[in-house]
Amino acid sequence: MGGSKMDIKTKIASGPIPLWKWIMYAVIMVIVVAAPIYFQSVQNFFFVRIFAVVGIYVMLSLGLNIVVGYAGLLDLGYIAFYAMGAYVGIILGFKLPEVFGSGFEPWTFWTLLPVAALAAAGTGIALGTPVLRLRGDYLAIVTLGFGEIVRIALNNNIFGITNGAKGLPGPGQRIPTPAGMEWAKANLSFGDFAFSKDLFWYYLIVVLCLATIFVVRRLDDSRLGRAWVAMREDEVAAASIGISITTTKLWAFSLGALWGGVAGVTYAYWVGFISPESFNFMESVLVVCMVVLGGMGSIPGAVLGAVIIAALPEMIRYFAQSPLLAGVLTTDQANLASQYRYLVFGAAMVIMMAFRPQGILPSQRRAMELHPEDEKTLAEENQQIWDVEHHTDVDNDLL
Amino acid sequence: MPLTRVLVGARGSTKAFPLISLEQLEETGETQVSIATIGQQLVNGVTLGGMYALIALGYTLVYGILLMINFAHSEMFMGGAFVGLFAFGWLDNYEFFTGSGFGIALMFLMTFVISGVVIGLLGVLIERVAYRPLRHAPRLAPLISAIGMSIFLQQAVLLWITPRQVPFPNYLPAGSYEIAGISINNIQIMIIGSSIILLIILDTFVSKTRIGKAMRAVSQDREAATLMGVDINRVIAVAFFIGPALGALAGIFSGMYYGSIKFDMGFIPGVKAFTAAVIGGIGNLRGAMVGGFLLGIIEALAAGFLSSGYKDVVAFAILILVLVFKPSGLLGESVVEKV
Repeated sequence: MGGSKMDIKTKIASGPIPLWKWIMYAVIMVIVVAAPIYFQSVQNFFFVRIFAVVGIYVMLSLGLNIVVGYAGLLDLGYIAFYAMGAYVGIILGFKLPEVFGSGFEPWTFWTLLPVAALAAAGTGIALGTPVLRLRGDYLAIVTLGFGEIVRIALNNNIFGITNGAKGLPGPGQRIPTPAGMEWAKANLSFGDFAFSKDLFWYYLIVVLCLATIFVVRRLDDSRLGRAWVAMREDEVAAASIGISITTTKLWAFSLGALWGGVAGVTYAYWVGFISPESFNFMESVLVVCMVVLGGMGSIPGAVLGAVIIAALPEMIRYFAQSPLLAGVLTTDQANLASQYRYLVFGAAMVIMMAFRPQGILPSQRRAMELHPEDEKTLAEENQQIWDVEHHTDVDNDLL
Repeated sequence: MPLTRVLVGARGSTKAFPLISLEQLEETGETQVSIATIGQQLVNGVTLGGMYALIALGYTLVYGILLMINFAHSEMFMGGAFVGLFAFGWLDNYEFFTGSGFGIALMFLMTFVISGVVIGLLGVLIERVAYRPLRHAPRLAPLISAIGMSIFLQQAVLLWITPRQVPFPNYLPAGSYEIAGISINNIQIMIIGSSIILLIILDTFVSKTRIGKAMRAVSQDREAATLMGVDINRVIAVAFFIGPALGALAGIFSGMYYGSIKFDMGFIPGVKAFTAAVIGGIGNLRGAMVGGFLLGIIEALAAGFLSSGYKDVVAFAILILVLVFKPSGLLGESVVEKV
């Protein structure tokens, strides 16, 4: 849909990246790398943590972007994979040093990072296999149900290992410190500047985010990525040119889940405490919001969405208390702003769908798909016929 | 005017529908599975089922016509309970309504009408604002819009009304009857009775009236219905009035049954009612009614005889099983995917 084939091809064809983009990327990288060091050196630990939290959400948002953005499958239980990564990581983290001796403790996290990721991906496949032949909106509700089942099971201390609502670690349990932490603390501190635990995790999260971006970027142009787009735009047509719908959907589900698992285990080891309440439905919705707001199917969009939704309310609250902005917003107003965030996000989703369904930083392909301008002109010509025609399209449209 | 408020069920959580659980049965010493306990759970299940059926109709009406899941429908249930609370509070000021049995009956009727009309109009407004602009958009768009609307409404109640759990008044004279070891109280009788009456009215409305027939025509084939001169926008508006209005009444019933309401009370019953609609075959009105009662009964039995901690899982598990093995539901026609 939308324009002739030539138009799309010329618009999407990627030439050399313009200079301003290089400069922009460089500036962003400098901020990402240097800002937390600055905040750490001025003892602003709160900001370091916000940077790290945003990093976790960037990973989640990019992971869900594979499922929602590329493959067009609305997953409302994405947080279950995040929970899976966190719980698998933590529970095995207690076991591994018991099995391999305490000398293994520093290597626990590094061993479990891929393990937890694969566990989450495996869960994705296990869930995906029976439900993926469902149509879009059914899939959304089933994934929602799955997310709730996982949360309820964790809350009920399933298999006697999740410690129920009290969360992990329980009494007598300890989360091992990963190798490299002590070295970094000892060797990267200069004078007043102390390299902290949060900084260590922050840089690890940045590396993982970059890895995610790299993988997702490569996937986008790969055979699999193109299969996702084809499937998203027209499942029947995609199947008729030899794309296996089930396999393609399963890949999307498991790869999305994989990054959820990575984010989960990292979050769990960084924060050092997990409970089922961290993995509720609202979190899933928040991640969906990030993808939708930023732009479905767009990597810069998913990153921007995560930054806006995860960081903005905290930033507003913080700056209101700083002398810099003391006159602009009162503390009460700022607290109010952070209370209103869900309300604003909800309204933003509705408004976004009506006026800019492609998101803030859209992928060009998706933008054209969601803005069928040509069909609108047709609609003006003959609303009635258009209505009728479109209704027959509804079923195989996109989802 | 002193009121006897009967709190039925657990007060801790409005998120789920608390049932007579295993613990409560143990308290009464009835751990053995007897005919009486099964009968008791059936009564509880039918009460629940009545509420599920009322909510499920909203999902199924909209799905039948627009082929979309109205995610914000669970907020209609919650909103209905809050409007009901305000209506009761307002009518409570007049001696006329609280003085006599007739007055109380009238007060209930007025509260139902006020809540139904307010929420019905809200439903129409939501359709106009959030869904109509997206009618020709890809299917993902209205779904996301509906989720956004759901969050917005929940947060609006949280921020502008109350974030707390608030007690819901009960004006029915307290009373319960025991038949063969099965007890049933006035609230349950009212919920079961009213939901059955409402379901019969709706069924008649849809099968007998002109607009009801138009609704069925549109859900069968929108294209052909348009050609026969059916005004689609009007049909959609009516569906978006009736569905939320019934959901609102279910909200009031739920408030009375559990004794309290909260801004997030809609989520779990919403998903369960959707499950009920799917069990019956989404788009099929009688299916939604059957599915509602069926799910209520299954859940009550599961809560009574399995672990109460997992009672919410039962509905989700049924949903997944039905969708995987019989997506067309019990009464639904199997839909052939159009190419």
